[in-house]
Amino acid sequence: MGGESPMDFELTEEQLEIKRAVREFCLKEFTDEVMRRYAESEEFPWDLYRKAAQLGFIGIHMPEEYGGQGYGYLENVLVTEEMVRANPELGITLVFGDFGTELILMFGTEEQKRRYIPRITRGEGLSAAAFTEPSGGSDISKRLETVAVKEGDEWVINGSKMFITNANISDFIIVLCQTDLEVEPPYRGQSLFIVDRGTPGVDVDKLTGKLGLKPSQTCSVSFSDVRVPEENLLGELNRGFYHTLQYLNESRLEIAAQGVGLAQGALDMALKYAKERTLFGEPLYRLQAVSHKLADMAIKVEAARLLTYKAAWLADQGETDPMISSMAKVYAARAGFEVVEEAAQIFGGYFFFEDYPIERFYRIAKVIEVYEGTKEVQKDTIARFLLKRPT
Amino acid sequence: MDFKLTEEQLEIKSAVREFCLKEFTPELAMECDREEKFPWDLHRKAARLGFVGIHFPEEYGGGGYGVLENVLVVEEMCRVDSTLGTAIMLGDFACDLILRHGTEEQKERWLPKVARGEAVSAGAFTEPARGSDITKMDTTAVKEGDEWVINGTKTLISNATIASFFITLCQTNPEAEPTYRGQSLIIVERETPGVDVTKIGGKLGIRSSPTGEVSFSDVRVPEENLLGELNRGFYHSLYFFDESRIEIAAQAVGIAQGALDRALKYAKEREAFGRKIAEFQAISHKLADMATKVEAARLLTYKAAWVVDHGKLDPMLASMAKTYAGRIAVEVADEAIQIFGGYGYIGEYEVERFYRDAKITEIYEGTREIQKNTIARYLVGR
Repeated sequence: MGGESPMDFELTEEQLEIKRAVREFCLKEFTDEVMRRYAESEEFPWDLYRKAAQLGFIGIHMPEEYGGQGYGYLENVLVTEEMVRANPELGITLVFGDFGTELILMFGTEEQKRRYIPRITRGEGLSAAAFTEPSGGSDISKRLETVAVKEGDEWVINGSKMFITNANISDFIIVLCQTDLEVEPPYRGQSLFIVDRGTPGVDVDKLTGKLGLKPSQTCSVSFSDVRVPEENLLGELNRGFYHTLQYLNESRLEIAAQGVGLAQGALDMALKYAKERTLFGEPLYRLQAVSHKLADMAIKVEAARLLTYKAAWLADQGETDPMISSMAKVYAARAGFEVVEEAAQIFGGYFFFEDYPIERFYRIAKVIEVYEGTKEVQKDTIARFLLKRPT
Repeated sequence: MDFKLTEEQLEIKSAVREFCLKEFTPELAMECDREEKFPWDLHRKAARLGFVGIHFPEEYGGGGYGVLENVLVVEEMCRVDSTLGTAIMLGDFACDLILRHGTEEQKERWLPKVARGEAVSAGAFTEPARGSDITKMDTTAVKEGDEWVINGTKTLISNATIASFFITLCQTNPEAEPTYRGQSLIIVERETPGVDVTKIGGKLGIRSSPTGEVSFSDVRVPEENLLGELNRGFYHSLYFFDESRIEIAAQAVGIAQGALDRALKYAKEREAFGRKIAEFQAISHKLADMATKVEAARLLTYKAAWVVDHGKLDPMLASMAKTYAGRIAVEVADEAIQIFGGYGYIGEYEVERFYRDAKITEIYEGTREIQKNTIARYLVGR
């Protein structure tokens, strides 16, 4: 199907304005001192989160009636890109503040939306979503170990989840559970539940010692006879797996945007360094080996950005294309990794010291290829859609 | 933003595809490849359907479309067949120089016959001693009365043996410093006395597009054959390359897509160890990588074309599109052969030819290295 209007590769004035506003905020707030404080304490940067939320940068794509700005996925991608570009540790930590909230937006009842979303968009609370299990990794299609059984008008949850962002400080955790133990294939018997903070039987352990993303909280969560009211079921009973896949198709746009931001940030630094630093009597960038590296890095950033914007634009048209979303995530995450690696090379020995911010980029580069579907899982998705097409 | 082609653009794409699927038979492609034969017949047919010079204004026999539509034509032609598609695509090579810098008379004289498929054009920049470096030319043009007298040699010239005319970059002021400020473009008709053309055979790929050496010995052309401004030929050429390399990027996107199409089809049909080879993750992940690269290359190329159509030529973006698309065309064709295994190495399975045809996109109209110099220059200048 063709479009009604001609192609257009430019952002609107308003979108550019959003980008500039986010960048301005980040350059002012993400100081080295702030950065170091949170990296050392591994605490969540609540003050920055509230400020970002006040400016409308958290949940910018949420409808205004739930405290969002009513923009689309593309604008959320722009916010993410700029935040991560300025500082990946703090940027990713902040944009993950509303992690999983889109599930409520997509599948929640009116009451659930009103109850849970506004506190997030106002920066008063965080959300968390728990899919991964200790033994499961990327595979959520199996029979989940976390089980929810109906007793009267309550669900009783038992099991454990792994690598859950924000779980120790979030308002609630959206948990994917096995609700039908008999069904084949097992993913047809999974459902999502919202578990409020403080519900008895929920035990959260903060995981420390991560390679990077230190201010972002990562936890293991266990559920022992956790009772939640039946109205906390999110979406349809036994459709949790499908809801989750649909959610991940859109949330991975934000991960792609992280890759773009990371790559752009590393390119910015490498470019600046190559102009300032002299070697053999001339600026570093005059060495062809360096200038060609910079050219390669810029190509990757531009290609990653185009794929990511296209995927987000399609989602905004109501035509989410899981293949393009996966392509954007795979490519942008890889580009992030490769560009950071080359930036480190340009910095030479200095890259290895935490006084140089490239070191922080380096610590984070790998995780973008791993979370929200490893690159291998993404390639499975791309291949599945490719092979379905007529040849 | 808007990432969709219009209905009309999709129609152009499918019209080109339909034409090519009917006319570009594998047998003909193999014959033209083997015998280094230009497909005159197809070229005329393509021109009649408006696929040659689709971006020329209608008054000069073109379709009045933009660079993006030309990119779509080139992409689809090279996708269906890398060898024949490339030969036809290069049929109007360098005409953009006349479009942009020519006088009304020059446009009327040269462009319509190219658009009608009656003539093929050539641009003569490269010299034996200089390759990608056109900042100084050994080919000279000296004014004598109302004529230019040209002496020198150009090499690796596309269409050399079949072109009706050569747009030739000459040194017109040998004293100028820097030397590139003394260069001019002159149109030389092939039949002019003193023009001598030698075919350069035995190419690795694009063998259906003839290549040759052109030498000029006291070639006299009238002064009205000067194209553009005197001593601005270098600048005209650079501007031209900034635009024309988008077409090479489109060629590369088409070749990559064509190799992917064939690999996909084969992977779905071929069985090994009791199942379709597409079911092996080692194969399916290759296909995923190939498709991701093609999509990224296409976006860069469309954007570069779109920018030109909006009057804002971005040389950095054009170089990015050409570098990336050229690289991935080679990579994707390489992986396609890998998926075909031993058969991939054999001519009749086509991907072998796509592989050979892909490589030139990283070399001509500015090597990958020249492109990276351009990209870096703009990056650092920002």
